[in-house]
Amino acid sequence: MGVYSSQGGGTSVSSLFPYLSISGLGLVGLYMLLTGSGEQFNPGEFLMSISPHMWSLLGIALCVGLSVGGAAWGIFITGASLVGGGVRAPRIVTKNLISIIFCEVVAIYGLIMAIVFTAKLNNVQNSDITSSEMYYKGFALFWAGLTTGMCNLVCGVSVGITGSSAALADAQDGQLFVKVLVIEIFGSIVGLFGLIVGLLVSGRVA
Amino acid sequence: MEGLFYNADDGYLEAIVRGYRSSILNNTSYINLTQCETLEDVKLQLQASDYGGILQNEPHMSTSMLAQKCTDKLVQEFEYIRAHAVAPLQHFLDYMTYAYMIDNVILLITGTLHERDTHELLERCHPLGVFDSMPALCVATNVAELYNSVLVETPLAPYFKDCLSAEDLDEMNIEIIRNTLYKAYLEDFYHFSQSFGGPTAEIMGELLQFEADRRSLNITINSFGTELTKDDRAKLFPNVGRLYPEGNLKLAKSDDIDQVKATCDVFLEYRQFFDGTSGAGTTKTLEDRFFEYEVHLNKKSFQQQFHYAIFYSFLKLKEQEIRNIVWISECISQGQKERINNYIPIF
Repeated sequence: MGVYSSQGGGTSVSSLFPYLSISGLGLVGLYMLLTGSGEQFNPGEFLMSISPHMWSLLGIALCVGLSVGGAAWGIFITGASLVGGGVRAPRIVTKNLISIIFCEVVAIYGLIMAIVFTAKLNNVQNSDITSSEMYYKGFALFWAGLTTGMCNLVCGVSVGITGSSAALADAQDGQLFVKVLVIEIFGSIVGLFGLIVGLLVSGRVA
Repeated sequence: MEGLFYNADDGYLEAIVRGYRSSILNNTSYINLTQCETLEDVKLQLQASDYGGILQNEPHMSTSMLAQKCTDKLVQEFEYIRAHAVAPLQHFLDYMTYAYMIDNVILLITGTLHERDTHELLERCHPLGVFDSMPALCVATNVAELYNSVLVETPLAPYFKDCLSAEDLDEMNIEIIRNTLYKAYLEDFYHFSQSFGGPTAEIMGELLQFEADRRSLNITINSFGTELTKDDRAKLFPNVGRLYPEGNLKLAKSDDIDQVKATCDVFLEYRQFFDGTSGAGTTKTLEDRFFEYEVHLNKKSFQQQFHYAIFYSFLKLKEQEIRNIVWISECISQGQKERINNYIPIF
């Protein structure tokens, strides 16, 4: 009962926060607009002022980071159920390591892509860095990395949840293992789609 | 979405409970059990099941010993889960034990009223509902004293606010206190389980709604021909459940079983409780039908993953299994073989 009341009090304060920030931003925007300095707010210029190397490396970091995050997430979802189920049915533990491997594969996809992207990085002279080829490379690697990373994150979670169900189903009835595993394989293929698109997008980079 | 974070805290315990669930006796075991001639045979049959270990060192079999041992086993499993649980599952499991606490409180008050021995009473209390200040319950003579001296420190204290008006502790008042407490408990548990959202709220909602409806129906049927007035009866109905509010109003005005039946006719699932209860050949009582439906609901909660209701369902199914074993062994020891098949099969 105490829990409900404290939650109620918390929401009333924190619900004001978005309104305050929106009105603050609105005030600043109106001030800039009405004093004739509205052109200072220029997202395009801001994006162009970031070094292309920054974009490439950010893409690589997101690619491997999100993939590893997805793999780790999947492994803990599967692992917790596997450990618990293994108490009563020890036979499932070795068999269901395959689910863990499926999750692990997702991290390897991300790692491979990160290696491919890194190979495309090269040192350039100061004057060449603002060339259109460099910008293309930066943006392409960023979005390819983000695509691969997000796909692998979701794929890892999907394989993890299915793997957890597979472990529990196997513990109840050994015949179910292969059937649930098929579904799990379909889930793990989703990560490959991101890998392919990531390869295609970064393939044009010289 | 519940699949994303559930396993961080509760995945291990969910899998453990599913492991315990697979040890629940199946139909073949029950058929074997009903073939037994003596309690020693029962022990031999149970040897192969999960109960094997605990019965091994018992030289002398009796039904009460069997019930005691099986309950101990259940409590042991439940305590293991509770020891490994973190909030909010911990809180959820605590809520499940409040029902046993209420039963224990009522048992002790009733026992004291009949001047039974305190130690004997304490032994008969359900181990899941034990709390520290329990022995002190035996000295109380009225409700206010009971509340102020003992219960104010237990989790049951908020539920007592509606029954402090009852003055003396007599048979009738104790029964009213029990039902008022249970009503407050059910409502609280229902709202607590709904606060989780997702499958926990969905499945626990269904289970607790049925529990509430079952209590309303039982109170109505048992109050026919007693001095309980219709107004008092209406106050005991839990304000949750599928019968609430319209069905409860109708039940409050009912005078005989036919009116109760008419109230339940609206609900497809509840209609079957009263079908053929009067017909010849069926030996099932209304209580058995309630139990059957409860088992059905509890079995269904294992069909979904990542929710808390399986902890509740596991406890209920296991209790039903103990009732079944006790029923079968009672029938065997009393030589009532023709009624032995009245147990409620689970899996």
